[in-house]
Amino acid sequence: MTGKQIEGKVWRFGDNVDTDQIIPAERLVSTNLDHLNDFIFEKVRPGFGQQVKKGDVLVAGRNFGCGSSREHAPRSLMEAGFSVIVAESFARIFYRNSMNIGLLLVECKTNAAEGDRLQVDTAAGTVKDLTTDRQWTFEKYPPFIQELVDAGGLVNLVKEGKF
Amino acid sequence: MGKTIAEKILSAKSGTDAKTGQIVVADVDYVMVNDVTGPIAFREYAKIGSSKMYKDRMVLIPDHYVPNKDIASAVQAKEMRDFANEHQVKNYYEVGRGGVCHQLMVEEGFAAPGRLIVGADSHTCTYGAVNALSTGIGSTEAAVVFATGKLWFKVPESIKVELTGKFRPHVDGKDLIIQIITDIGVDGANYKAFEFHGPGVANMTVADRLCVSNMAIEAGGKAGIFPCDALTEAYIKDKVRGTYTPVAADPDAHYCRTLTYDLGQIEPMVAFPHLPSNGHKVKDTNVVIDQAYLGSCTNGRIEDMRAAAKVVKGRKVAPNVRFLVVPASQRVYRQMLDEGLMQIFLDCGAFISGPTCGACLGGYMGILAKGERAVSSTNRNFIGRMGDKDSEVYLANPETVAASAIAGRIVTPDQLEGQ
Repeated sequence: MTGKQIEGKVWRFGDNVDTDQIIPAERLVSTNLDHLNDFIFEKVRPGFGQQVKKGDVLVAGRNFGCGSSREHAPRSLMEAGFSVIVAESFARIFYRNSMNIGLLLVECKTNAAEGDRLQVDTAAGTVKDLTTDRQWTFEKYPPFIQELVDAGGLVNLVKEGKF
Repeated sequence: MGKTIAEKILSAKSGTDAKTGQIVVADVDYVMVNDVTGPIAFREYAKIGSSKMYKDRMVLIPDHYVPNKDIASAVQAKEMRDFANEHQVKNYYEVGRGGVCHQLMVEEGFAAPGRLIVGADSHTCTYGAVNALSTGIGSTEAAVVFATGKLWFKVPESIKVELTGKFRPHVDGKDLIIQIITDIGVDGANYKAFEFHGPGVANMTVADRLCVSNMAIEAGGKAGIFPCDALTEAYIKDKVRGTYTPVAADPDAHYCRTLTYDLGQIEPMVAFPHLPSNGHKVKDTNVVIDQAYLGSCTNGRIEDMRAAAKVVKGRKVAPNVRFLVVPASQRVYRQMLDEGLMQIFLDCGAFISGPTCGACLGGYMGILAKGERAVSSTNRNFIGRMGDKDSEVYLANPETVAASAIAGRIVTPDQLEGQ
């Protein structure tokens, strides 16, 4: 198994962030597919897409990504530059979508605040807040999910003949 | 130990002894995509570069932004049409011969007992009402099913919902599911399947069950599965394609949780913004509305239209209210004509359209302005779901929606009688 070490600036969200907030339905047309990041959180945090820098980390509470199955949601966050999403829990379809397209998710309850520097180590299973010097641990992925993560998504796994 | 329905279907389809918590790769009976989720799936399918395509298992249904809302949605809808033509996918449902995807999946007989069905739309869980294991997936995995006919599944834990009694007048499946979501929260069933049991099931119409299963996802549920009984068989008899095998849970199956409801105690409910778990009894509320919306994969069936028509018959929509009636399919539309329901809705002052998801997801055909409130028979009341971020959506059953259109505020038909 390969591990990843990621470090980035935290953008903090709460519980039950739904996919309509992540990217509103009116943006879900195929002509937008190459610039979905322009629309992230546009109704609830206008201008957010322009503030995120490559490698930043999104931290949230429970049930992140609930609601619609739109894969545009994890795609738009990935395209905006987020390296990983750390949340206490994820809604099922969002979790599947992210893992299947190669967006890294870590299920871990933290109280990292907006602006903190966060370090995620998927091999060690730790999340470290470098600003406050606090650390949390998370459970490693089941073997199949680890394989998906390593392959960078389901399409790659299929192309490698492993599915 | 015995097995739940989800464990049994995933065992049969994966050829393994599937148990809760395991990840299995299983054969999928049908995979559905719509005009919003399809285009990503088509791109990902091309990336896979497979020479295979499981065409007979694929169902393509444009419904979210059709009839085309604007040029961008016209381009998008054309992508699906072109894909269907290029690959000769016969299960494609053009505008005028189709409708809202989940209604069509049942009407066209794809949904049936014992089947494993996935769809790139979160409300694919609807077909649990007819004893299928069906669940929402993403576009990329839909593409993988196109190419391989199979997909990975985590075998879910199941929540047993024991039902007794019978609904009182003006109460239906919508009220039950809003009550359940209010009780357990919007993530109360995350990664779990609901399994419905008990003598109350036989007292619920299949339309009611479809509504309940449809909203299993609003508690995070992977599925909401009912047993197959005489009502199920009668409902699917003229629709189902192919053979099917009903699946029952073993008496000693393991459930992570048991919930018990007496249907006779359920009251008309309304879910306040901005989560489906914000349920209140309608009688305890006082909410003035600008719009009433009757339709969607949750409550756009002929049974819903009949119930609502009964309420508005001989009455007029309140002066400050727009009442939108959107049948979930062409078939429902025709039935409404045949049964004289169109006349009733037109006479009361409603706007009636052909089938589309449109306003339910804030797409078009009924968008809310800042500060406006809608009572809606749909399934989600998230921030900005039907329009401006400062608009509000209140979820209720079709009869409550109809009564509210008349009263101008959210009421039950009983409250309307008293006015």
